[in-house]
Amino acid sequence: MSVRVQPGLAERVWSSAGLNASSCMNCGVCVATCPMGIELLPRRLFRYVLLGMEDRVVQETEAIFSCLLCKLCEVSCPGDVHIADNVRALRRYINEQWYAG
Amino acid sequence: MPLPPRDIIGILSDNLRLRKSVLPISTRSVTRWAQGLHLPRGGETVLYTGQMYQLIPYIERMVKLEEWLGDSRLAGLTGPGRRLNRVINLTAFMGRPGRQAQEGNDRVLRNVARLLQLAGVEFGYLYEDDLYSGALAHDLGADAAVTQQACRVQRVFKRHGVRNVITVDPHTTNMLRSVYPRLIADYGVNVRSYLEVLAEKELPIRAPISAEVVLHDSCVYARYEQVVQEPRELLRKAGVTIKELESAGRFTLCCGGPLESLYPRKAVAVAQKRVEQLRQVAPEAVTMCPLCQVNLRKASGGTLRVMDISEYLQRAHGDLSFPSV
Repeated sequence: MSVRVQPGLAERVWSSAGLNASSCMNCGVCVATCPMGIELLPRRLFRYVLLGMEDRVVQETEAIFSCLLCKLCEVSCPGDVHIADNVRALRRYINEQWYAG
Repeated sequence: MPLPPRDIIGILSDNLRLRKSVLPISTRSVTRWAQGLHLPRGGETVLYTGQMYQLIPYIERMVKLEEWLGDSRLAGLTGPGRRLNRVINLTAFMGRPGRQAQEGNDRVLRNVARLLQLAGVEFGYLYEDDLYSGALAHDLGADAAVTQQACRVQRVFKRHGVRNVITVDPHTTNMLRSVYPRLIADYGVNVRSYLEVLAEKELPIRAPISAEVVLHDSCVYARYEQVVQEPRELLRKAGVTIKELESAGRFTLCCGGPLESLYPRKAVAVAQKRVEQLRQVAPEAVTMCPLCQVNLRKASGGTLRVMDISEYLQRAHGDLSFPSV
């Protein structure tokens, strides 16, 4: 299956200072603690954004909007990733690029 | 079946942009709680509700409507509904909740105002300028509408000469204290939750409470605003025994509230998990957020008594001359 890669997606999504999804070490602590049991968020989804795989990101809007933003994952994150703020930025990007009108 | 997030987010953010609240409610509904309290208008220090408690009965109506629409053939009409809502306020057709539905939430606000007065805090109220903070739109990523709302609120503060804001709920606290300074240059407003303000004061005890309760920490207070010890200190001073959960404080579990607007059924499932945890510790749970309260109550189906912290504090410290509406 071919994947369309869009260079610069991460810059467009996470343009604000303090958004640090690239600090994610992919360890999986967030997934283990997520009260929603969302396996995709945040690490795989952040990876999609960092790799410019916008189609994959858009396919996962339900998971993106199902995050509670409760920060339980952040309490244990060894990379000190601002997960909730990064997810909010993803929502903003989807609203502006895909939900506008 | 959930309604399309695109349309729900569109309607809520259009409402905020055009009508200053995600669910526009009348000034009377916003300010009714303050009737008879004779709070001065404006001032350097104000109590700011951000409409959160007042909005709860309206949010409950919206969620019921969403669940009904999602299961009906009308589910496909949310797109045209979103466009029509820009011209006509469709959310007004949800109807006004009964007085009884609003009374409990109004009582919390009166409790808070009276407790602050008893603690010797001088404050005013902004009445019709007590605007919604934009918390839900912020969570949904509707940033343009949130920035516009933050600027409106800042203009209100400047017009009334407000320098110190006392908030009532965690979401408004977080927006005004941590989010607005990132959106607005020269914001310059000092924001504290009433729990933080009261925890520093000595309140006279009139009727100590002997209840054993479990405390449900709000995610936003505990992990966004580091308000963890204050509610515990206040309850202990009021005579309440707190039975602690493993998942408490910084490790609290969410009530599901943030999912209500887009995925109401998922929200209930999260709340039910939390209710089970709470019930195993005590038959009575204390909340400090209107969203937590309404979600846990709904999910418990009456098997857990869920009360706002201000009810306990008012019972322990309040006076009998407190006016009722």
